[in-house]
Amino acid sequence: MNRSIFVSSGLHILMVIVTAMSLPFLSKKPLDLPPIISVELIQITDQTSIPFAPKAKKIIEKIKEKEKKLVSEQAPPKIVKKQKPDAVPLPDEKIEKVKKIKDKKQNPEKVDNEVKQVSEFEKDNLFDPNNIAALIDKSKIEVAETKQKTDKVTQEQDKKIDFAGLTLSEEDALKAQIFGCWSIPLGLPYNENLLVRIKLQLKPDGTIIKSEILDHARMNKPGQGFYKVLAESALRAIKLCQPLRVPSSGYEKWKDLQLNFDAREMLEG
Amino acid sequence: MQEKCWKDKMLFRYLLLLILLLPIKAFALIEVDITRGNLSPLPIAVSPLSIDEESKKNFKKILKKNNIGSEISIVVENNLKQSGLFNPLNKDAFLQKPDIANLKPRFEDWNLIKAQALVTGKVTFVDEKLRVEFRLWDVLAGKEMMALAFTTVPSNWRRVGHIITDKVYERLTGEKGYFDTRIIYVAEEGPKVRRIKKLAIMDQDGFNNKFLTLGNELVLTPRFSPTNQMVTYLSYFKNLPRVYLLDIETGMQEVVGDFPGMTFAPRFSPDGKKIIMSFAQDGNSDIYTMDLENRIVERITNHPSIDTSPSFSPNGKYICFNSDRSGYQQIYVMDSNGKNVKRISFGNGLYGTPVWSPRGDLIAFTKLHRGKFYIGVMRTDGTGERLLTENFYQEAPSWSPNGRVLIFYRETKTNSKGEGFSAKLWSIDLTGYNEKLVETKTDASDPSWSSLLSN
Repeated sequence: MNRSIFVSSGLHILMVIVTAMSLPFLSKKPLDLPPIISVELIQITDQTSIPFAPKAKKIIEKIKEKEKKLVSEQAPPKIVKKQKPDAVPLPDEKIEKVKKIKDKKQNPEKVDNEVKQVSEFEKDNLFDPNNIAALIDKSKIEVAETKQKTDKVTQEQDKKIDFAGLTLSEEDALKAQIFGCWSIPLGLPYNENLLVRIKLQLKPDGTIIKSEILDHARMNKPGQGFYKVLAESALRAIKLCQPLRVPSSGYEKWKDLQLNFDAREMLEG
Repeated sequence: MQEKCWKDKMLFRYLLLLILLLPIKAFALIEVDITRGNLSPLPIAVSPLSIDEESKKNFKKILKKNNIGSEISIVVENNLKQSGLFNPLNKDAFLQKPDIANLKPRFEDWNLIKAQALVTGKVTFVDEKLRVEFRLWDVLAGKEMMALAFTTVPSNWRRVGHIITDKVYERLTGEKGYFDTRIIYVAEEGPKVRRIKKLAIMDQDGFNNKFLTLGNELVLTPRFSPTNQMVTYLSYFKNLPRVYLLDIETGMQEVVGDFPGMTFAPRFSPDGKKIIMSFAQDGNSDIYTMDLENRIVERITNHPSIDTSPSFSPNGKYICFNSDRSGYQQIYVMDSNGKNVKRISFGNGLYGTPVWSPRGDLIAFTKLHRGKFYIGVMRTDGTGERLLTENFYQEAPSWSPNGRVLIFYRETKTNSKGEGFSAKLWSIDLTGYNEKLVETKTDASDPSWSSLLSN
């Protein structure tokens, strides 16, 4: 009897701990840690560089190689205190994490890419990623490129990377592609809600597995006949554009994607 | 033993619960806003309507046309092209035969030639009548969007083409079409000083032209009723302006009244029961309405300035007109009872002939500025003025029934030395890019667009 009570209470406590650890506000780092923030000031050129063009990719790689030197000249990275994980790690992950920390302690010069990643994530945690995205955009592309090439970063680690969304360049490339495919029906009323939200499920190569109109019920409402025309035009655009220009990495974060088609801006001129 | 089994079960349940409670990393759904698209014409394939040999022979006897199926598809194709919103693809590139395409299109073939929509159909001769089936297909989605059939007398084959275009246009753009409509205008012949002016009517694509008057008397400014096929026009009888009401369907004509000092024919109210007009009494031009049933005339404005060119809003609550009460000819809007007069045009130049759009959102006008005439549109509060076209002399815009296209007339010199004179009808859509000459056999002016015939 007593044994059952112990087992029961033990499991209850465990559950409470697990629940508490998974609460987001507890998983945040204490705010009194002042990490070093390196903000790169990027020279803005007249032309947009879209990472999917092979030429742009080469340019980015060149710039990245040049800047590698700069990164290694920086002060040795501050080793981050052991954080409370925001998820209970599975046994395999735990071992990998321990290994990583050990590596950093023993070989400070070897840090290069991984150190850079850590500093980027520090920035992410401290700042609103939407605001800083414009400043660190280029760095993010480099990180993504590095990740693709380095075998050290496993799929599991990739899953844990907490990006807020696509980078501006990635988003720009996708938008530019769909802009070209979307023939806006010109007979739409100006003073109505002209937003169509479509949820997509994508394959890693950008082809569409499933598309779903989120406000489907609106199609059958009286006086909303134009919505059907608009929604169909958006679906046609997606089909015409596929495979979509999705980033080459981070499939987990964009495998489900929502496209918000809004014709108002175009029709109002 | 039983107790152990129970404990194992409980332990198993706890473990299951624990696994379920393990936090799973979830990514927030990424949203991308698409706020731009292209306004280039939609590529559409209009397959010739299929027809069996028996029907082909019968129609050849009646209509003197070798293949009525192809003829109807050409009407559809021309209409779509004329609208500027569609790009009908070249038939030579079609891979699938019309009869098979109508049953089940091979979408890969149509996709290959970059068609996004496809029109197929079938024509048959049934009980001395023409029966046309048509289907509209979404090539990219691989599904049927619409299927309809019409039966009519064979001589109506062009109208069937127009009705099919209206249906396709409405399904793909979200607004009503304007193809099954007619245009009434003043056909002009002879030198400018001795001009013969006849009332004429034609389909919106310029076919089926008919003259309604002989040209003995001068006719001006015909205007269609928005609800039916009635027309008002102004004609000079013994050198006095007289307003007539003409029923296009029956040919019946009646005199509305003699209005000395009138220079423009009245316009109809949206319900077709009243007409609104301006004429001069005691040397001062003001705006009046007349009830067509009891012929009672009601004065709407009473101002020492010249008030002319009134036009009702489609809901009948407001009237736009032009007046020189500010010193220059400008556009004003007021309630239908003449109250709350408000000036809406403030640009440089003179504004005239305001016409309220059937959609209710815009007012079209003619503007004279620095010796040039412009056709433009503005919102009903006067904001968002856009000049669509500019020329040496042009005026009298009239809206298509869907409020997308304007038809007007333009006078031009016939040679490069600036000699000669020609008046022609032109159309332009709201984008300002799709300006087209509307072919007429003679010179033409004062066009007015009818409502949809099939309504």
